[in-house]
Amino acid sequence: MIPKKIKTIPYTATRNACKMCTPLGAALVFHGIEGTIPLLHGSQGCSTYMRRYLISHFREPVDIASSNFSEDTAIFGGGDNLRLAIENVTRQYFPAMIGIATTCLSETIGDDVPMILNGMDNAVDDTILVHVSTPSYTGTHVDGFHGAVHAVVERCNPLTGKTKDDLKTRKKINIFPGMLSNEDIRHIKEIFTDLNTEFTILPDYSERLEGPSWEDYQAIQKGGTPVREIKTMNLATASMELGSILAGTVNQGGESAGSLLKERFDIPLVSLGFPIGVKATDLFFSHLEQLTATAMPEKYKCQRGRLIDAYVDGNKYVSKRRAVVYGEEDFVVAMAGFLAEVGIIPVLCASGGKSGLLEKALEETLAPNILKQVTVHQGMDFTRMEQAARDLNPDFVIGNSKGYTMSRHLNVPLVRVGFPIHDRIGGQRILHIGYKGAQELFDTIVNTLLQRRQDTSKTGYAYM
Amino acid sequence: MEPISVLEDRKNQIYRKGQDSFDISCEKKSLAGAVSQRACVFCGSRVVLYPIADALHLIHGPIGCASYTWDIRGALSSGPELHRMSFSTDLSETDIVFGGEKKLEQALVELIAEYEPKAAFVYCTCIVGIIGDDVEAVCKKVAAKTHIPVLPVHSEGFKGTKKDGYKAACDALFKLIDQNRKPEKQIPLSINILGEFNIGGETWIIKEYYRRMGIEVVAVMTGDGRVEEVQSAHRACLNVVQCSGSLTYLAKDMEKAYGIPFIRVSYFGIEDTSDALYDVAAFFEDTPEIMERTKTLVQEEVKTILPELSALRKDLTGKRAAIYVGGAFKAFSLIKALKHLGMAEVLVGSQTGNKDDYALLREMCDPGTVILDDANPLELAKYVMEKDAHLFIGGVKERPIAYKLGIGFCDHNHERKIPLVGFEGMVNFAREVHETVTSPIWDLVPRKSFNRAISKKG
Repeated sequence: MIPKKIKTIPYTATRNACKMCTPLGAALVFHGIEGTIPLLHGSQGCSTYMRRYLISHFREPVDIASSNFSEDTAIFGGGDNLRLAIENVTRQYFPAMIGIATTCLSETIGDDVPMILNGMDNAVDDTILVHVSTPSYTGTHVDGFHGAVHAVVERCNPLTGKTKDDLKTRKKINIFPGMLSNEDIRHIKEIFTDLNTEFTILPDYSERLEGPSWEDYQAIQKGGTPVREIKTMNLATASMELGSILAGTVNQGGESAGSLLKERFDIPLVSLGFPIGVKATDLFFSHLEQLTATAMPEKYKCQRGRLIDAYVDGNKYVSKRRAVVYGEEDFVVAMAGFLAEVGIIPVLCASGGKSGLLEKALEETLAPNILKQVTVHQGMDFTRMEQAARDLNPDFVIGNSKGYTMSRHLNVPLVRVGFPIHDRIGGQRILHIGYKGAQELFDTIVNTLLQRRQDTSKTGYAYM
Repeated sequence: MEPISVLEDRKNQIYRKGQDSFDISCEKKSLAGAVSQRACVFCGSRVVLYPIADALHLIHGPIGCASYTWDIRGALSSGPELHRMSFSTDLSETDIVFGGEKKLEQALVELIAEYEPKAAFVYCTCIVGIIGDDVEAVCKKVAAKTHIPVLPVHSEGFKGTKKDGYKAACDALFKLIDQNRKPEKQIPLSINILGEFNIGGETWIIKEYYRRMGIEVVAVMTGDGRVEEVQSAHRACLNVVQCSGSLTYLAKDMEKAYGIPFIRVSYFGIEDTSDALYDVAAFFEDTPEIMERTKTLVQEEVKTILPELSALRKDLTGKRAAIYVGGAFKAFSLIKALKHLGMAEVLVGSQTGNKDDYALLREMCDPGTVILDDANPLELAKYVMEKDAHLFIGGVKERPIAYKLGIGFCDHNHERKIPLVGFEGMVNFAREVHETVTSPIWDLVPRKSFNRAISKKG
């Protein structure tokens, strides 16, 4: 079954992009590693713009250093600036790690960052230097995200053999959650804890980018995956990587953190989509049960039971409703699966990402009778999305807050999920995954639709 | 807790009044790795030109620069809203290898055909300079084809600081004015408003004052801006320039080319707003009615707002504020406005202040005030704590510093949606400061600070 394709006039410019540039994803990952400061090798503006963008979502300090190119740097190369920047970051923050991500500028002038870092022995005292190549003209922020996770795992788990560990029979699971919310990360941690399973989750920005009010100043906020934990990822019994597009990339020969550990250390890799909705979460738990030889705890069975009961209670409010779903490709696939599972038709699935795998991933996720009602578009911006959506008569749109303009023009409600949420408080606390996440999403969607009916009704019933 | 360390290379950009005797170092490029709060050349150009609502703003480069600046400012338009769209050539790897000129041309032609803008600005981002696209030539070609002005803005991020971006924007504006200049007569009793961006409708507030004074506003650059108005700017008698430096370059160019003099003003706070209006009235001294009307206006407006200000002042007296802004000119006004509320400044800094700005700041500030040039989050936090401020006035990037340290915050940047200029703006400012400083939540935050100990005793 081939999903419908949109016929829109080819357009050269991108209008209201549904994506961000590569280094942003990398900067976010580095905020999920304990004691790590991201450093962008490029112009000052890149760091500042991304800081502002991330701060507006997380509402937390997001420090990103810059090597601060000048005209001379662009002509003679950025080595000196990069070295100076690394030294100054070290002096100010005493970091455990500096995550160096390139930009379009340093990539285009051809700075050999690995060579520059090699010249510094890839470390300053105890500070580890990690480099990830993130030219803004390839891919999206998602590629920068996965690239940074891969780079950190590669750097901390060298080929030269497994990390020596006293616990010979140590068992732990590596979990690479992909670009999820703070609350999602906390939920995954809760699940692993409830399964009595040791795990390393990378990245984990859930504490650093949502910490308590300070008693004292924190140059680098607490939290994040400890570097020593990342260094023992090669001792795990298995790795789990979330995101169906990421899985597709690996299948096509691409490299991820999980595939690297598999190649280097023979650690089995389990790849699956984001666990959003009952079916996807069932799959997630079945993998966990196999990996840990532990049954799903009662708590989650209860959550699952309540969730399905809620689906029943709300079925008539959502059945056959039409949604536009957009955002990162992995997110869109998982969200479409959830919507379809409750009877909502994801009439348009769109992403600014352009992996070439979105259609296939949706084919694998959606039943044929649903799929034939779905229009898929990769590499899409919000302007074309709005045009396409107009013909599809959606009841609501679901995605990050950058879709607000579209939803306003279409005069349909926006259900805010994903990243970024710039026009509401609490975007970082939205739970998408697990039975609990589906419960919250379901309630939000049903209530949004009910409110719309109420608001647009002449009668205005207080009993719906 | 470890003391917050200040980088050796930054020490001469931090000055304590009454303690230090050196001249503060400024107008330097930011130190690598220092985590400056500044943006880049592109940012400077983008903020200046952005509010021109019937122009096409096309960002030539990879997607980031366009994504991060999409509809983030509160610059309002009374008509078209094309400025709120984010257009990018979204350069990909092949464009970097083979050049982006064709893509740029194609993008411009399509966008101009669809959106029918009155002019187009093409912002060059970092790599455009590196891959060697002849943006100038493409703009000329498209202008000839589409019959609208198509202006390159040379705003490659690394070619200087935000100030150089202002200059690049001013160059584009001057071209726009000059290239279409017809020999038209000067409009009597008229001004241009420069460096005013209509955040939350501020341009409309100021224009209304001038209307009541009997002065015609020819063009605002660039708040609620229109290409046609900008193109008539050479017909005004006087350029009234707000903001530290963003539009001063243009004012100087216009003085040279058309003999239009300029004055610098600020519309923030009672004193500065009054001074601005009086200065303009004084310029038109041959028409004394203007000064008469201005006096009446100021008196009426001040009378209207004073009762509320006095009421708010009661709770704010003795509270301490930290200020960190882009241009230092804004800081001068803020210090005066805070004094009106009974508050004192304890930290004042700017991203782009020059020697004269800092000399003036040094004079204005109370002894003990820390003055910072091109600061970073660590320094700001250090002195906020040391000086035990109750309030931070800054932008989105400074907000988490204030909030994490458990003090109030007032957004004085371009992303805000509330007008803060003029007399009514002063009331909005006072209300906002009052709302945040007197919030009961500060009793719950864990950081122990001197002021809270005092207030609890009291």
